[in-house]
Amino acid sequence: MSSEAITVESRPRPGSHGARLFVHQLRGEQLVFWRSREAALFIFLFPLLLFLLLGSVYSGKIYGVPASQALLAGLIGYGCANTSFAGLAIQLVIRRENAILKRLRATPLPAATLVAALLVSTLLVFALQTVALFLMGSVLYSTPFPSDVASLAAAVVVGSAVFAALGVATSTFIRSAEGSSAVVNFILLPMAFLSGAFGPTLHYPAFLKAIGDVLPLKYFIDIVNTVYLRGDAIWTKPLDLAALLAWGVAGLVIAVYRFRWEPTSS
Amino acid sequence: MSAISVSGLRKSYGSLEAVRGVDFEIEEGEVFGLLGPNGAGKTTTVEILEGYRSRDDGAVSVLGHDPQSPGPDFRQRIGVVLQQSQLWPNLTVRETHAMFAGYYEHPRSVDEVIELVGLAEKRDARTKTLSGGQKRRLDLGVALVGDPDLVFLDEPTTGFDPAARRAAWEMIRSLRSLGKTVLLTTHYLDEAEQLADRVAVLREGRIVRVGTPRELTTSDLEVEIHYHRNGEEVVVTTTEPTRVLHELTADALARGEELDHLEVRRPTLEDVYLALTEEDAEA
Repeated sequence: MSSEAITVESRPRPGSHGARLFVHQLRGEQLVFWRSREAALFIFLFPLLLFLLLGSVYSGKIYGVPASQALLAGLIGYGCANTSFAGLAIQLVIRRENAILKRLRATPLPAATLVAALLVSTLLVFALQTVALFLMGSVLYSTPFPSDVASLAAAVVVGSAVFAALGVATSTFIRSAEGSSAVVNFILLPMAFLSGAFGPTLHYPAFLKAIGDVLPLKYFIDIVNTVYLRGDAIWTKPLDLAALLAWGVAGLVIAVYRFRWEPTSS
Repeated sequence: MSAISVSGLRKSYGSLEAVRGVDFEIEEGEVFGLLGPNGAGKTTTVEILEGYRSRDDGAVSVLGHDPQSPGPDFRQRIGVVLQQSQLWPNLTVRETHAMFAGYYEHPRSVDEVIELVGLAEKRDARTKTLSGGQKRRLDLGVALVGDPDLVFLDEPTTGFDPAARRAAWEMIRSLRSLGKTVLLTTHYLDEAEQLADRVAVLREGRIVRVGTPRELTTSDLEVEIHYHRNGEEVVVTTTEPTRVLHELTADALARGEELDHLEVRRPTLEDVYLALTEEDAEA
């Protein structure tokens, strides 16, 4: 937290008041997200559009399963990074630089409620996107629905949390709202490419694979592959899960240490 | 009872001493103006009172709270208009007010507030379509929607055209009639003169004068008496204009002369302000 941060006031309010505030803010966040044509288009629709394009390009088998299924798993990974990492980072930079965050600090809305509502709102968008990807795959490419829905849901929640932490961390390094989209995509697109979000990485040169193998998206896509393509439970990949969570913790530490409420210029 | 009381307030940023020992009291229901050039410490002072910044030294009480560690109702009772902020561009005026209203336990009616700040016609417009003046009114509206007792206005009319400024002044006057305490910062003298019950002039982190606009303009500076003699302008400055004027006119009568272009000038707030804030330049 900022050295200027003022202690978060204690709130001796009944739980129902806190819950009411959370629901109010969550509804507000959803309204803010869907009202923005750019967000709805680039964050929500873009992974679906990529699935449509890549699905009609690739055929045959990838990883021993029909290509469309492997692409679906990869694009869930891209959707996760796009929504929770890129979308959240861009939104946070814009809000910080336009002093929306600073303005909200002067209201009785507790910081924890604001953060919780923003994270849950992001998770909701990504969960809806995942459902849309499965529906689209089922209709266009006859891909099956996941057999272990609970494991997939767990993967969606964990992935969203990890990439949100990385998104908040990244937002602290971006100094202007205008540049935020460019900076974030400069990280996101190579990461997605190297992690196999847009297709298999089997034929990549060794050094590209070596880079891809340490990226958080690679671990997340491996987990989705395990759960969706092979029908195994999420805990059958403890090392992938641990590596993914380590990225999340690193992001969280940076986020907490560097987070600022106020515009960079002030 | 004081709404705000500040004594010995100090704040530095690194080696820059932004606020160097500031004292003032603001009564409940008072409109108080902090006046000073850019960099005088106005915004730093206000942001300490709003709870954004910690102070290095001094005692501060705002509505009975220490803003550095306020009780839970502190933010229920203050409204803030920042010097620069934008709200969510794609929400409408009404949605934006409703969003803020939801943060407070006892908000005012959203439609009433929109009416009060003169945005009724723009109720359903997205905030990104508002003009600069309308955006400022939106800022004021969301600051009032929680029905605060104390409103902070940091340079509320900077960048306004004259008509928009007049409209904003009317709104700020209406806050007084609602019984709100208002702390206003400005670098416009006419604004302080028009709106504030009392004004503190800030220079280089210190208050150099506090008083009503009238006190500042009557007590402080010498009065200037201008007249022409042999075609040349003569200026006499004095703290005793009645006596000096009597002597001048008596002399002129005795010589049978007319004092051409005779004029007595009281200092304007601008003269006082410039004298207070430019002492260094003259010294």
